Amino acid sequence: MESTRVLKSENRIQDSFGDRVFMFFIYLFLIVVLLLVLYPVVYIVSASFSDPIAVTAGKVWLLPVDFSLRGYEVTLQNPQIITGYVNSLIYTVGGSIISVALTVLLAYPLSRRDLYGANIVMFLITFTLLFSGGLIPTYLVVKDLGMIDTRWALLIPQAIAAFQVIIARTFFRSAIPDELVEAAELDGCNDLQFLRWVVFPLSKPIIAVLALMYAVSQWNGYFDALLYLKSADLQPLQLVLRNILILNTTNSGSMDATAMAQRQQLADLLKYCLVVVGSVPVLLLYPFVQRYFVKGMLIGSIKG
Amino acid sequence: MRIFRSQARSEYKSAVGQQRVASQIETSHWYKAKRSFRRHWQLYLIMVPGLLYFLIFKYIPMSSAVIAFKEYSVVQGVWGSPWAGFKYFNLFFSNPVFWTLIKNTLGLSLYSLVVGFPIPIILAICLNEIRDGFFKRFTQLVTYAPYFISTVILVSMTMLLLSPRLGVVNLGLQALGQQPINFLGIPNMFPGIYVWSGVWQFSGYAAVVYLAALAGIDPQLREAARIDGASRIQIIRNVDLPGIMPVIVILLILNVGSLLSVGFEKVFLLQNPLNLATSEVISTYVYKIGLLNANFSFATAVGLFNSVVNMILLVTVNSVAKRVSDSDAGLW
Repeated sequence: MESTRVLKSENRIQDSFGDRVFMFFIYLFLIVVLLLVLYPVVYIVSASFSDPIAVTAGKVWLLPVDFSLRGYEVTLQNPQIITGYVNSLIYTVGGSIISVALTVLLAYPLSRRDLYGANIVMFLITFTLLFSGGLIPTYLVVKDLGMIDTRWALLIPQAIAAFQVIIARTFFRSAIPDELVEAAELDGCNDLQFLRWVVFPLSKPIIAVLALMYAVSQWNGYFDALLYLKSADLQPLQLVLRNILILNTTNSGSMDATAMAQRQQLADLLKYCLVVVGSVPVLLLYPFVQRYFVKGMLIGSIKG
Repeated sequence: MRIFRSQARSEYKSAVGQQRVASQIETSHWYKAKRSFRRHWQLYLIMVPGLLYFLIFKYIPMSSAVIAFKEYSVVQGVWGSPWAGFKYFNLFFSNPVFWTLIKNTLGLSLYSLVVGFPIPIILAICLNEIRDGFFKRFTQLVTYAPYFISTVILVSMTMLLLSPRLGVVNLGLQALGQQPINFLGIPNMFPGIYVWSGVWQFSGYAAVVYLAALAGIDPQLREAARIDGASRIQIIRNVDLPGIMPVIVILLILNVGSLLSVGFEKVFLLQNPLNLATSEVISTYVYKIGLLNANFSFATAVGLFNSVVNMILLVTVNSVAKRVSDSDAGLW
């Protein structure tokens, strides 16, 4: 009895006055950080739900003023946005499938300690992180392959990220013990059967991590589309958003012309709506997939 | 992203070590390869698409970077074009834009490093200090979230918030009786906008690594210090910080090693003709010269210079870090 009481009191050493002041500042700091991160998001979401006149007059600063869905009505009728959404969906789903398949098929053999040459290949893959040919030579290769202005340009040239190969390899090394390979070999299982019936069922966590990382980078990327795509009907959402939001150009034919011309206000409001529309899919998914990202990051950071 | 590179470096280390071992047992070299291939031909086969990918999209571009030393013409191709020697490098070094690019690129990186490096550490230590519970989880969730916002959206948000006509920042200034400021049109403002929007976006993400390192510190150390009467600040100074120092060193090396590689995506979007004096960096310059002006050889030379400097920086910083601290501090 006596000893447990002592233990408990040991765990709860009273904070000194100095420590309590210190903790106060820590909470204060975190609350300030929280507000700084949240405020821009809240402001933009509120503006997007406000009346166009209130937005242009600068009345919105925290909560929606004269709640209206006018901006979203116009945004979601814009054919450019719809095309962008559909394209981004194609690139994200297609790209992730291709990327995950290629990465796993490359990383699993490289994780095997009994595969001759695996370390040299691994070095060559890692080296691409240290040194690259650069923008222009890569562009020339894509051009020579005839991929410019085709969907393949967004699916293939960035299909495998060396980081993801390293992560996947580290995962396979730790998740699939050598004894398992030996046991399966003794039972007459060949490498492909082993991959299908042992490795694959065990690697669902890493497949989830890889798929999410590839999907987010596909969804969020605009640079490759800027480099390789010219046709408007192939452009992913991010490039469409860039054209409207940052370059301030709208394809006058496809934008709702009367609304645009008549109302500068609506154009202002549209920007807020577009920012929301463009980031909603990823941010809605984020709380559910966060742990996979943390996991992927931590697998990748194990040294050695 | 950066933390993954530490893994990359150690792959490099182990691969180099492996080669050394391999050459020592030269006799069994060929035999082992043959045996491995015969036994595991299926594994070699499934690697082919991935290997082709790295060959075509990484190693062929590396070899065709040779056009930096040539008068590249589309008709003659990479290997058929006549040699130009160091012409394009000299052209670049003697160009007045050279020093502007170096100054802008280094300036942005150093500013990012000085501001962006310590903040995630501070954030992680603060989060580690408070009790587990809703507030802690919520703060982590919220600060991590901006990582998932795309560059286009981030830049759009920055522009909306800072807009001279509509932006909430300028509305605030006007409420205080100030004149509205066109922040993105003032060259001196550009580095600040670039760096602080980056801090906003990536601090929570970068803190995750430090939080994991902090969680890895033996709790007995903290308890012992507590029993000995250490204050919280003393525990942070003498237990937490030394505990995560290896991680800090590795990330610092990586950051310093990539000083000359400012990301293209964000700078390019934040650029406008008014702030070009401070916002033109090497990668945006390469894009403009190469793809917009179709001066392939010149752009490749600039890009190659950048890649080589980065590699030298990384290798140097790593060896310095190894020399001045414990042997384990480096990346390889």
